[in-house]
Amino acid sequence: MSFIQNIINGILLGGIYALLGVGMTMMFGIVKLTNLAHGEFIIMGAFASTLLAQALGIDPIITLIITVPCMFLIGMVLQSVLINRVMLQGSEPALLVTFGLSIILQDAMLLLFTADARRANVSYSTTNIQLPGGLYISVLDLVVFVISLVTILILTIFLRRTYMGRAIRATSDDTVAASLMGVSVRRTYGIAMGIAMATAAVAGLGVGMRWTFYPSSGGTYLLIAFGVVVIGGMGSIPGTLVAGLVFGLAQVFGGANYGLLVSYILLIVMLAVRPQGLFSK
Amino acid sequence: MSESILKVEHVQAKYGDFIAVEDATLDVPAGTIVSVIGANGAGKSTLMDTIAGVHKASGGKIIFKGEDISGMPAEKIVLRGLSLVPQGSRCFIRMTVEDNLIMGSFPKSARPMMKDTLDRVYTLFPVLKQKRNDLSGSLSGGQRQMVAIGRALMTNPDCVLFDEISLGLAPTIIKDIYARIKEISSDGMTVVLVEQDTHRAIRTGEISHVMLKGRVVLSGRSRELGEDEIKKAYFGL
Repeated sequence: MSFIQNIINGILLGGIYALLGVGMTMMFGIVKLTNLAHGEFIIMGAFASTLLAQALGIDPIITLIITVPCMFLIGMVLQSVLINRVMLQGSEPALLVTFGLSIILQDAMLLLFTADARRANVSYSTTNIQLPGGLYISVLDLVVFVISLVTILILTIFLRRTYMGRAIRATSDDTVAASLMGVSVRRTYGIAMGIAMATAAVAGLGVGMRWTFYPSSGGTYLLIAFGVVVIGGMGSIPGTLVAGLVFGLAQVFGGANYGLLVSYILLIVMLAVRPQGLFSK
Repeated sequence: MSESILKVEHVQAKYGDFIAVEDATLDVPAGTIVSVIGANGAGKSTLMDTIAGVHKASGGKIIFKGEDISGMPAEKIVLRGLSLVPQGSRCFIRMTVEDNLIMGSFPKSARPMMKDTLDRVYTLFPVLKQKRNDLSGSLSGGQRQMVAIGRALMTNPDCVLFDEISLGLAPTIIKDIYARIKEISSDGMTVVLVEQDTHRAIRTGEISHVMLKGRVVLSGRSRELGEDEIKKAYFGL
């Protein structure tokens, strides 16, 4: 494969990597929560989109109309009834709760959906756009890339331009001052988790479209999300986008055998040289 | 004297077993400037935090506009028109000046007036308009105080509590900020000023309350009390 082809593939892979990390970085930055169940949330989204598309005979992308609001609600409820309760006791109990949650969700999915490999089928899964010079772009990868980018863009505009978005950022800066502006911190945390879950629903769709997945696949994507979040500077959304692209490129250039190795060596180098991440605030 | 907008009756506030405010009673007539004076550790800030709902009272009553607000969380109290400029400004340092101010309009009742109030804040503090797109974390201490004051005004309050806004600021800046507070007050806003500097507090506030070791020990019209008596109460002599 040529150098330019690698760059194309790396960028396309980087888009979905950024989306995997964006929900996690939000929870890191705003709620100060390390969500170890984020990988399972993504796989939940993958199952939801794949099975709904099969059952209704529709394109998996259309299932987002159902999965995104549902996952948002689940996230809000989860934060309000479970995680908010332990957050007052410090960050370790919350970390353990999300760890337990990841095990429960993984086993629940195993029970419900069996250990079979799944994939969200689309008609264009093997179609390529031919470019001059023998280069090509996979339509499937391009579609997932565009979905990822649009999701991150919507999230960025929401956080910058709306009252609720500002309230979420304000809460991450100073919870007391935010409450003096009329913001309920608990409710804001609930909404932040809802949004993180909604991004996991979209990321799950992307994962299901690009790769086969199992109930146990969450760990793989959690690891990638972690890498992206750390390189990007925990809590920064533009940082996550850049880090996703860096991670994607590193993996493609590392090839099938050394891809992950190269990515994580990059992560270690990053931690040594600039531990606060690329875009830390 | 006009009717009181805020009444604090025998309020007590604790941190664990430590009693920071033992017995505070004060009365704030609508439309006036009231000073709360006291040395470091007298319990002034805890009392302000307790009135604004940031800290829970362990005893007593707080009545605002005829309603008992004791035990209400901060986010509900601000909706009723009582706003606190907290000690140390507590700006949202990773947000721009303008985003900080717009945050003040978060209460639904304040949102329709957002543009007008923003213009008013920029008229009061022109430097904030110049720096509207800068992160508030990059501002000087005085400018951060201005952001915090502006942000409190954006919530559309009837009464604002200012908690030691002069702390650590240069005298010329303090003078300027106090002039702005008088301007805010002349628009009909009720102002409660917490100060360590007795001289400035007496000159600005029509009514003074002196706190000592968690108690309000002296209350009255600043002119009638006189500086000597206030200073005696301040030091517990």
